[in-house]
Amino acid sequence: MLSKMISRRRSTLMATALVACLGTGVAQAAVDSVHFLIPGGAGGGWDGTARGTGEALSKSGLVETVSYENLSGGGGGKAIAHLIEIADQSHDTLMVNSTPIVIRSLSKMFPQSFRDLTPVAATVGDFGAFVVKSDSPYTSFNQLADAYLENPRSVTVVGGSARGSMDHLVAAMAFKAAGGDPRRVKYLAYDAGGKAMAGLLSGEADVLSTGFSEALVLAEAGEVRILAMTGHERSSAAPDVPTLKELGYDTSFVNWRGFFGAPGLPQSKRDEFIAVLEKMYDTPEWKVVRDRNGWAEDFRPGDEFVSFLEQQEEEIGALMRELGFLK
Amino acid sequence: MWDGILTGLTTAVMPFNLLMVVVGCFAGTFIGMLPGLGPISAVALMIPITYGLDPASGIILMAGVYYGAVFGGSTSSILINAPGCASTVVTAFDGYPMAQQNKAGKALALAAYSSFTGGTIGAIILLFAAPALASVSLSFQSGDYFALMLLGLTAVAAFSGKGQVIKALLMTVFGLMIATVGTDITSGTTRFTFGSVDLIDGVSFLLLAMATFALTEVVMTVMRGQHNEQEPEMDMAALGSMKLSREEVKEVAPTIGRSSVFGFIVGVLPGAGATIASFLAYGLERNLASAKEKLKFGKGALRGLAAPESANNAASTGSFVPLLTLGIPGSGTTAIMLGALIAYGIQPGPRLFMDNPDVFWSVIISMYIGNLVLLILNLPLIPYISRLLAIPRPILIPLILFFSITGVYLVSFNTFDIQMMVLITVIAIFLKLLEFPMAPMLLGFILGGIMEKNLGRALTMTDGSFSFLWDRPLTLTITLIAVFVLLFPLLSAMIGKARTRGAEVAVNEGEG
Repeated sequence: MLSKMISRRRSTLMATALVACLGTGVAQAAVDSVHFLIPGGAGGGWDGTARGTGEALSKSGLVETVSYENLSGGGGGKAIAHLIEIADQSHDTLMVNSTPIVIRSLSKMFPQSFRDLTPVAATVGDFGAFVVKSDSPYTSFNQLADAYLENPRSVTVVGGSARGSMDHLVAAMAFKAAGGDPRRVKYLAYDAGGKAMAGLLSGEADVLSTGFSEALVLAEAGEVRILAMTGHERSSAAPDVPTLKELGYDTSFVNWRGFFGAPGLPQSKRDEFIAVLEKMYDTPEWKVVRDRNGWAEDFRPGDEFVSFLEQQEEEIGALMRELGFLK
Repeated sequence: MWDGILTGLTTAVMPFNLLMVVVGCFAGTFIGMLPGLGPISAVALMIPITYGLDPASGIILMAGVYYGAVFGGSTSSILINAPGCASTVVTAFDGYPMAQQNKAGKALALAAYSSFTGGTIGAIILLFAAPALASVSLSFQSGDYFALMLLGLTAVAAFSGKGQVIKALLMTVFGLMIATVGTDITSGTTRFTFGSVDLIDGVSFLLLAMATFALTEVVMTVMRGQHNEQEPEMDMAALGSMKLSREEVKEVAPTIGRSSVFGFIVGVLPGAGATIASFLAYGLERNLASAKEKLKFGKGALRGLAAPESANNAASTGSFVPLLTLGIPGSGTTAIMLGALIAYGIQPGPRLFMDNPDVFWSVIISMYIGNLVLLILNLPLIPYISRLLAIPRPILIPLILFFSITGVYLVSFNTFDIQMMVLITVIAIFLKLLEFPMAPMLLGFILGGIMEKNLGRALTMTDGSFSFLWDRPLTLTITLIAVFVLLFPLLSAMIGKARTRGAEVAVNEGEG
């Protein structure tokens, strides 16, 4: 009897946990429903973007039902293949993604690219940033670039992703713009930004290459300084941080986050998604989510998104070829 | 500082915050008990709830869930050999054999006492030394982590029984090999993925642990059942006594003490964490044990259970040092908590305990309370929890299978992981039938992956020279300790041989 009670208690709890983990179930009844496909596990950047956007859309009443599906694997390749496979039944699906889809399709981590999907819109963007310890001898990015030009091996860069991934590429891009050889960047790879930060503070590297919003959080703690960021103009969140452009290095980089529909998504449906996302920016619910996550708005709808992706693919592709990551 | 502690105390003992600690510990314990669902899932589940609370209460709730989950994870490790989370994998090494010997009650009670002590000692060190410890956690560079993992690998001896040394070494190498599957971050290339997108991210530790422990154990039980018709019915006697004798307390007290301090220090390092701490503490304890006691490890040794249980709880507390004082998350769980703090508009860092003293101190004070609550909550529940073993096997076995598989699936949401679990289980069953030990493989896997990444970084820094091993005193010290630990049994055996040429020598040799 007792054991029965315990097992029932366990199952009830398990069911609760399951429901909470899986989010609300799949619902595809109304026209006004969005099903978010998240190519990574719970708690990651993609997960946060999709669930935050979904929260704003549903709480503001723009979308009636919102559901989520996590499907990780292959750096996002698993979810892309899945969306293509069930494209006909997935007209309500929005898959979240970001700059890595461009890098990973170039490096052939997965065979597909954004062209195999229907790009809907980029919604938020982040920039690259270069961070040094507070007591670092480098007080400007110019000094760092000069040191690199003199002897590339004297500058050690640390980042929170693999060699050939975003943090490494952004550093190589900046030093290339300074006239240096991008292939000679001494790069220490960590598997997460926080650990890379610990590496910087331990004194094993001179500079950390990371996302601007993450860098702001770290700088706020008072242990580090941001030397430069890769936006077109200064950010209102940190007006003291110069852009690479104004320091005399003609380069910029934006890590966008945005949404894709299934291949063959009808034009009308795509326009509907774009309209709903555009309306979202004016809602107070979105502002709450945006500020909570420290996101910077960067709306690039439809065809503008496609041409932006093409341009980014070209730039990053050229750099990766030069670095020897592509043949 | 005393003002801060007083502020923290008043915040922490507010009835609502006390309630949060209790709720957090309770929820965490139950989620943690479910195989595969560990602290990350438990803390992530709490996030939507914490948005409605004020910062101190929210973080107190999450911290409670965190220790609760680490604590609850040990229960399923001990009772059904299915680790609740990564940091309690080692708990199963000696905890499950104890349960099989009808000492489940004692094992659970010892786990509760060890966790309590580990957590409390950790919280005391945190209280008095957090700012000072922050600089310690920052002094570790990649080369030092490499040396530390090298030291950890010497513990492989701890996982090999009599005449099993070669098998243990082979399994360690097997673990090291599995760790190389996936993307190599140092070169940016993928290895041993055979063109499959599913292998790009490598094999997850939890998946490997669940497959080689929980699933293998269940299938082996079913296979054994066919030969053994008369199944002894589990009754309350199976629980055994929960009391530890005076001798037993004397035996484990020093273990718990040193494992707590050691675990805390490892937990403070952003590149290590509770799982590594539990492995290292277990190895350390085995290395310190006398030749006779060494034999008991893996077969239900009290010290083998107390060491990882004290260490993982102390390490969980220790991981708050880099989080609170530097804003650096050392683990996935603390990364989620960092996100929650920032969402509150609180910036963890060197200024936290000046800017938000109520948050800083109340979290630390609530750690004591949390540990106490866990102990009070769990000791009386042990007889009921261990009744799980009394569930008839035709019901219990499918339940374990179900929870183990869903637990792993819920982390990745990738069905390929389930197929991989089945494949690894089949391989593990064959290896087990040939009497290969599984623990060294897990040790090789978890230490090997970290070791390789750190070696890659250290070599990049020095342009390919191994001079990093002796360039810094810290690295050199750790390396020398590793070499000493590796050679010590050999040396002591040689010295022992020279001294006494009696019957005892034969015993020592056999055990070496």
